[in-house]
Amino acid sequence: MKIDLRELEFGYDRENPVLKDISYTFDKPEFVCIMGPNGVGKSTLIHCINKILKPTGGAVLVNDKDVTEMKLKELAANMGYVPNATEDSFPLTVVDTIMVGLQNDYKFGTSDEDLRKVYDVLEMMSIEHLAMRNFDELSAGQHQKVMLARGLVRSPEVVLLDEPTSNLDIKHQIEVTKVLSRLPKEKGMMIVMISHDINITAKYADKIIMMHDGKIFAVGTAEEVLTKENLKTVYGVDADIVIHNGRPHVILNDTVDSGKEL
Amino acid sequence: MTIDVSIVEKDYHRYVLRKILFIVGCAIAMILVLGYAATIGTSGITAWEVYRDIFYHFVDPSKCDSEIDWVVFTVRLPRIMTGLIAGMSLGVAGAAMQSMMKNPLADPYTTGISSGASFGATLAIVMGFDLVGLGGTAGLVVTAFVFSLIPAAVIILVSSLRNTSAATMILAGIAVMYLFNACTTLIKLGASDASLSAVFQWSIGDLSGATWQSFYVILVFTVIGSAVLMAMSKKLNILITGDKSATALGLNAHRLRIMLLAIISLMTASVVCFTGIIGFIGLVAPHIVRIFLGSDNRYLIPASAAFGALLLMVADLISRVIIAPTFLPVGVITAFIGCPLFLYLLIKQRRSMW
Repeated sequence: MKIDLRELEFGYDRENPVLKDISYTFDKPEFVCIMGPNGVGKSTLIHCINKILKPTGGAVLVNDKDVTEMKLKELAANMGYVPNATEDSFPLTVVDTIMVGLQNDYKFGTSDEDLRKVYDVLEMMSIEHLAMRNFDELSAGQHQKVMLARGLVRSPEVVLLDEPTSNLDIKHQIEVTKVLSRLPKEKGMMIVMISHDINITAKYADKIIMMHDGKIFAVGTAEEVLTKENLKTVYGVDADIVIHNGRPHVILNDTVDSGKEL
Repeated sequence: MTIDVSIVEKDYHRYVLRKILFIVGCAIAMILVLGYAATIGTSGITAWEVYRDIFYHFVDPSKCDSEIDWVVFTVRLPRIMTGLIAGMSLGVAGAAMQSMMKNPLADPYTTGISSGASFGATLAIVMGFDLVGLGGTAGLVVTAFVFSLIPAAVIILVSSLRNTSAATMILAGIAVMYLFNACTTLIKLGASDASLSAVFQWSIGDLSGATWQSFYVILVFTVIGSAVLMAMSKKLNILITGDKSATALGLNAHRLRIMLLAIISLMTASVVCFTGIIGFIGLVAPHIVRIFLGSDNRYLIPASAAFGALLLMVADLISRVIIAPTFLPVGVITAFIGCPLFLYLLIKQRRSMW
């Protein structure tokens, strides 16, 4: 699948656009991480791709077709999504919660084939023991793993993930990121993930998109994007970069005085 | 901890079987309540004679005792069957409304249907207003039916003009409800004592005026509405994941909510115009089912239909025997038995359902 962002713009009002002139093409199975400070437009960008939001300028083309002209079902058929927080109002069991992600394949009854698909993603996330638990009884971290499983259950060509590891402890963050990083090679999936953890991203991402002020500030490998200057400009932090096992590792020293008090 | 796929499959199938057994259990209980309810009265017929008469009435009418057949089919069953189908309709509508609004406080009247119906009925009773000129009960029923749909129509119109969330729809419903209640109060200010009494009788919810005609009308709306909602049950499961996730899963949440609101409103309006406002069933029946079976709409909807029907039949039965030979309005009894039962289950339940 090819996703083409062409001079994409989005704003809730004309004076304060959230996204400005975003142009980029996702065209091969790889693990792409979107980074940037809070409020820079990372989630908005993802929501413009999967039609949760309608761009106010430019276009998002999926396989050369404008998403605004595509039916939601057509777009969702090959595009998974993992939100940053669950909005599920009435809890189902973990199996049923994940089964919802099968959508088109989600028949009235539940076949053993459906159950096996659900089991496979439960196993991938190491939460098969939670299968028959009620979603509401789980911890925030377990919720996130179930949400990930729901986004992956159909093995879509593209999965958009909005900070899927923010509630996980360090061990589970690494485990989940590792699983996601293997999917492009093992299943040919394109993984686009918003992340705030610089070092885990540096270790596993094939490509990093760094956003600043509603625009793409830098794109490339971890070595190319995670530089002392970029971190200072985008995040306002002073950091040293060391190379560890062939990958950059960021050591944060202090914030750079912006003249504003928190 | 590793668990084999076969264990998950076995546990899941057992879990589904439990849901099906609940529905079958409710259906059996309904048949038993029907048999017993038909014996209540002065004719002295037994439950066995009731079942026998129903069987032969359809299979071989010549074997029916004409007196028993008249009591069962002309006097008793219209009320009992109207209670059954009305309870079913309110249970299904309540379950679907709660899921589509993503709100446990929602019930079939959330969008102001009861206030619209009350206004229509008050117009008909106090001012003799009749939309179609049928007069009498038929005129009242049609007027209440049409007016009960106005609040939903307003919400649908508002929602069509602008993409609205479930919360906005509920708020719009409450606003319209206040408006209709105010209009009803205005009319009541100039009403006679007899008219006020008639309006009050209508508003508390009662099955004593049920006929086969009312049963058939509610039946048509209930069967068609429930079938459509059952077909949409998997979409309702997607809808409860939240609007963003639903959109990402290929569902136009806004459009689906409008469609569901239209179906639920028609189902509820068909009940309320004949029976008045029977509260509690549409709110509590789906919640009691959730406590036992969870919130999967594929099973919640049929189970709420069965349990709603059973609850209303039992409430109607109690309303007929508690101070016999006088009847109490069923709307009072539904709250009297539903409330303690619901509170007991809320205290006893281990799982969080909302």
